[in-house]
Amino acid sequence: MNEIEQTRNPTGNSSNPPLEVHDLTVAYDQKPVLWDIDFELPEGSLTAIIGPNGAGKSTLVKAAMGLIPASSGYTLIYGKPLDKQRHRVAYVPQRESVDWNFPISVMDVVLMGRYPHLRLFQRPGRDDRDVALAALKEMGMEPYHKRQISQLSGGQQQRVFLARALAQDASIYLMDEPLAGVDAATEDVIFQKLKELRDGGKTVVVVHHDLQSVPDNFDRAMLLNLRMIACGPVSEIFTDENLQKTYGGRLNILSQMIEESRQQRFVRESES
Amino acid sequence: MDTLIEFFSLQDPNIRYVLAGTILLGISSGALGCFAILRRRALVGDAVAHSILPGVCLAFIIAGGKDPFMLILGAFVFGLLSMVTMDFISRNSRIAPDASIGMVLSVFFGLGVVLLTFIQTTGYIDQSGLDDFLFGQAASMVGDDVMVFGGLSLLILIVTILVFKELKLVSFDPSYARSIGYPVKRMEFLLALLMVLVITAGIQAVGVVLMASMLIIPAAAARYWTDSLRVMLLIAAGVGAVSGVTGSFISYTAPAMPTGPWMVVSAAFIFFLSFLLAPGRGEIARHIQKRRLSHKVACENILKTLYSMEEEDGRTDRLRPAKELRKRRHLASRRMKKVLSTLLRKGYVTYFRGTPDGYLLTADGRKEAKRLVRVHRLWEQYLSQHLQIAEDHVHEDAESMEHLITSEIEAQLRTSLGSPALDPHKSTIPYDSDEDEPAGGKSGDKHKQGGTP
Repeated sequence: MNEIEQTRNPTGNSSNPPLEVHDLTVAYDQKPVLWDIDFELPEGSLTAIIGPNGAGKSTLVKAAMGLIPASSGYTLIYGKPLDKQRHRVAYVPQRESVDWNFPISVMDVVLMGRYPHLRLFQRPGRDDRDVALAALKEMGMEPYHKRQISQLSGGQQQRVFLARALAQDASIYLMDEPLAGVDAATEDVIFQKLKELRDGGKTVVVVHHDLQSVPDNFDRAMLLNLRMIACGPVSEIFTDENLQKTYGGRLNILSQMIEESRQQRFVRESES
Repeated sequence: MDTLIEFFSLQDPNIRYVLAGTILLGISSGALGCFAILRRRALVGDAVAHSILPGVCLAFIIAGGKDPFMLILGAFVFGLLSMVTMDFISRNSRIAPDASIGMVLSVFFGLGVVLLTFIQTTGYIDQSGLDDFLFGQAASMVGDDVMVFGGLSLLILIVTILVFKELKLVSFDPSYARSIGYPVKRMEFLLALLMVLVITAGIQAVGVVLMASMLIIPAAAARYWTDSLRVMLLIAAGVGAVSGVTGSFISYTAPAMPTGPWMVVSAAFIFFLSFLLAPGRGEIARHIQKRRLSHKVACENILKTLYSMEEEDGRTDRLRPAKELRKRRHLASRRMKKVLSTLLRKGYVTYFRGTPDGYLLTADGRKEAKRLVRVHRLWEQYLSQHLQIAEDHVHEDAESMEHLITSEIEAQLRTSLGSPALDPHKSTIPYDSDEDEPAGGKSGDKHKQGGTP
């Protein structure tokens, strides 16, 4: 697999930001979905990735984690290449990405968060179970730890995924739509947890769909629509102009051109 | 009976060998099959099994007869080749996976049949036992074969147990696995490799045509009994082992009979039993659950009917004959009898002899009926107020929801609606606070409100 190349490896000192992504470009089937993304995030920040449907929000998180091939770009964690630091990054995939009829219990799922701390062939021990139970408790899911995962509601499934990330005991959290389709109670619990993580010095990045709830719950945001429109403190970048650029129609011409060039190239290729 | 005793007394060392071989095969294919069906790769297994035939034939040609090591090598190479081909086609073309699986299966198998016919017609090669690889012949395994095929099964089993934790994660959530740095591609390749190996191990006892079912059926049967992957693997292994024993026994008693079909039929029989009998998920359990629910609904509907009759004429002391109830709720008289006897047993109604004889709500019954009417009307109010559904459309939905609304949801409804006095049809919503009728319902006209639930 074509992982993100990690050429630059500056000498890691404490001033390195927890998460840097540079020159990230991703294309599916010749169609660019992310163009030249570049950002750095400070420690103890809570960032929302915001943008319209198809803006590449999930793609950004996946490509930054090296889960899908990128045309270019690399990720640094505390100044070091991602592959050496993966245990410090907890990724929360979209809830729909797994089969919730899979025959495992809530506890089994959360214990997977301990796998980065286990060696090959090593089974989770009592300590790991304690950590997993504590993580479930933090998400208000402790009473459900023996349940089979198909018996959970959507919001409960999401809490279990978050508990797994907590059990991983990471420094950086990348979450893909953790608030999509959850009930109001779960939303409160998750927002609360996100703030606690930030206040505990963790770096949290959340793909988010609801523009309205950003100012109240996040301190930073990335406005994304194929390219990075703006990245910084919510109070500075949530301007009408930026939002218009992100959600407005102006990018239509760009997307049209991308589609046009793709079609052209496809025709040319099939002719040759 | 004598053969049965003879077989299971294990006096004959050859029986011991064959039995050990088929049991090991059943265990490893059952366990590994769980991952195949959970990752939706069952059909791939079938294609691989069929694709092995040309490899088997080439092994015969090269070795000039049956040689277990050559066989395994040939089968393994062609199994792997078919898998790589399927992967290549679906990655580099617009052909959907199912089409590429079907194509590879038939083309490889066709090639195998061509080679098979070639061997049979030339006559240069010692072809004894070649037919066995189509449908399996466990008893034709001699000491060497069992060592090789059984050893392979054991190896697969050991590897599966060792990397169980990793296989579990990669099968459930590959993107999380990759995010924490697991070599997911390599793990997937290992799984594919194990699958090819277990199919290879089964060619002698089960045959290429049916080997895939030894991966699929025990795992599918096991899924009925458990929600734990570990237990599922154990049960599937058990089902595989039992099928192995059946196959060996048939092979021993009727040497002309191929074993593969018997192993598959016995696994399928266990699957059928699981499908019927498994607690919770089996058909019988589900049928009973459905019956219970529909009985509960019928009981609740009769309670409601009794209550609305009281609402209509405002009399709690009038006997309600079963006939009249049946007129309002279209229940067969046998079901009505059952429903009424349940209500009597629960103390919700009392029966009085009279002319005509009939039933009366007890205080408990009235309380329960009121609750039903209340949640029904609350739900109607909720639908029309919060979801802007027209008043004449809310009744049907409430009619089914009233049986499902728990006390917590009722409390939430009341908070969100502020305990309204009337439903959208302007009928009074009855709350418990005004409830003080004595049992037997002697007091008269407390219920002057009109309307029906």
